[in-house]
Amino acid sequence: MAKVLVVTSGKGGVGKTTTTAAVGAALAQSGKKVVVVDFDVGLRNLDLVMGAERRVVFDLINVVQGVAKLSQALIRDKRLENLALLPASQTRDKDALTEEGVGRVIAELRETFDWIICDSPAGIERGAMLAMRFADEALIVTNPEVSSVRDSDRIIGMLDSKTVKAEKGERVEKHILITRYDAARAARGEMLSIEDVLEILATPLLGIVPESQDVLRASNVGSPVTLNNPASSPARAYLDATRRLLGETIAMSVPAKRVGLMNRLLGRRAA
Amino acid sequence: MDVDVEPTRQLVRLRGRSYLAFVFSPVVPIMDWLEDIDATLARSPGFFVGKPVVLDLSTVDLSGSAIAHLVMSLEKRNIRVLGIEGCEAVRLTSNMPPLLTGGRHAPIQQVEPEKPEVKPPSNSLLLDSPVRSGQSIVFPDGDVTVVGSVASGAEIVAGGSIHVYGTLRGRAMAGVNGNSSARIYCHKLEAELLAIDGYYQTAEEIPDALRNRPVQALLEGNVMRVTPLS
Repeated sequence: MAKVLVVTSGKGGVGKTTTTAAVGAALAQSGKKVVVVDFDVGLRNLDLVMGAERRVVFDLINVVQGVAKLSQALIRDKRLENLALLPASQTRDKDALTEEGVGRVIAELRETFDWIICDSPAGIERGAMLAMRFADEALIVTNPEVSSVRDSDRIIGMLDSKTVKAEKGERVEKHILITRYDAARAARGEMLSIEDVLEILATPLLGIVPESQDVLRASNVGSPVTLNNPASSPARAYLDATRRLLGETIAMSVPAKRVGLMNRLLGRRAA
Repeated sequence: MDVDVEPTRQLVRLRGRSYLAFVFSPVVPIMDWLEDIDATLARSPGFFVGKPVVLDLSTVDLSGSAIAHLVMSLEKRNIRVLGIEGCEAVRLTSNMPPLLTGGRHAPIQQVEPEKPEVKPPSNSLLLDSPVRSGQSIVFPDGDVTVVGSVASGAEIVAGGSIHVYGTLRGRAMAGVNGNSSARIYCHKLEAELLAIDGYYQTAEEIPDALRNRPVQALLEGNVMRVTPLS
């Protein structure tokens, strides 16, 4: 049974695209057939993070409009053979997406793939609504700070009302993924604690991904962070989160303040 | 139509009048059809009592004795057949209801039998899940109870009182239809705005000592009092 997972947040810049790439790659590594779909029409980023920006010929809008077939638009990942990317258009905008067209594309993707990960744009407008419309599960990416948490709460409300599943009376299974967690700032009270975030959002926690420069390094070379540096702390957190998504029970570890040797010598903080 | 008789006798006036009758159209097997009638009577006993009933036999082919039996079965159920249509005249004997012709379809006002208990309209809304940011719950008819928290950026508008078994972080507006005795209760107060019958207090005006604890808000005259509940 194919699963459609939407990676959404409400707030921009919290790590949706990073998460889509990292979790998509981790799922593909575990043997699943995965497609990651970029719904951010006009401001596409998933192709950059996946390292496929020089191979984009057709995109989601072309498929929705029937100009291209799905097989022509899908880009196979060079590193993992069961990972594919359906990029967004850069020249159009969100109004080119239609619910009926997106529904058709998702239905066609369900025939071939085990996991369809929809990278939602920020906001609550058409692109974000269409990314979540056909979802079976949702990953709500949240930074432990007040505006991100409030926006995530709004998105959770919409997942419970504006999706096809919600309209049929079923529930979209939701998970919180806390990203850019900085233990030192949380200790000082500058960031919300994990408990505060979960108390406000009242949704199960899938994982905690620490703030790390590895994320930027990975996107600069066009590779998901779980492939680029699997030993790094964000990659390990993403791998744990992926295993939890597949049903494994793994104890939640809160990333501690990690100071590398050089930083200790030079007195700089890891974040 | 007037009948001419000898002038010494009283005139018998024959007039035409139409009545609305229920038409029963039995189907075979008759026993099953009678069971359906019984089920209807169980739901609304006495529904057909006093109502004129006509049997339409045009879709079934019943012998004279079968028709008599059917009429008797209905009599036993307190359904008196006033006429029969749709069958050959020879099958009807003189002690059976007369044959009718020329019936016209007429709409029947379905009178629903009195329901034994009338459920009072609900004047209280219960929400079992948290109210998410951006959601607006409007219930002018009475109280609103939330088992969960009310998120920042959400609002509850109630004609009666508001009870939040969780943290109230959004806006709560009680007594909106002029009910100044409405109150707002919550387990933890972090509200952005509280209003009762139009008199409101923003978060800034609520003393810090009251935040983060169980409180109730009520209106005294035109002043809102927020008091701790523990």
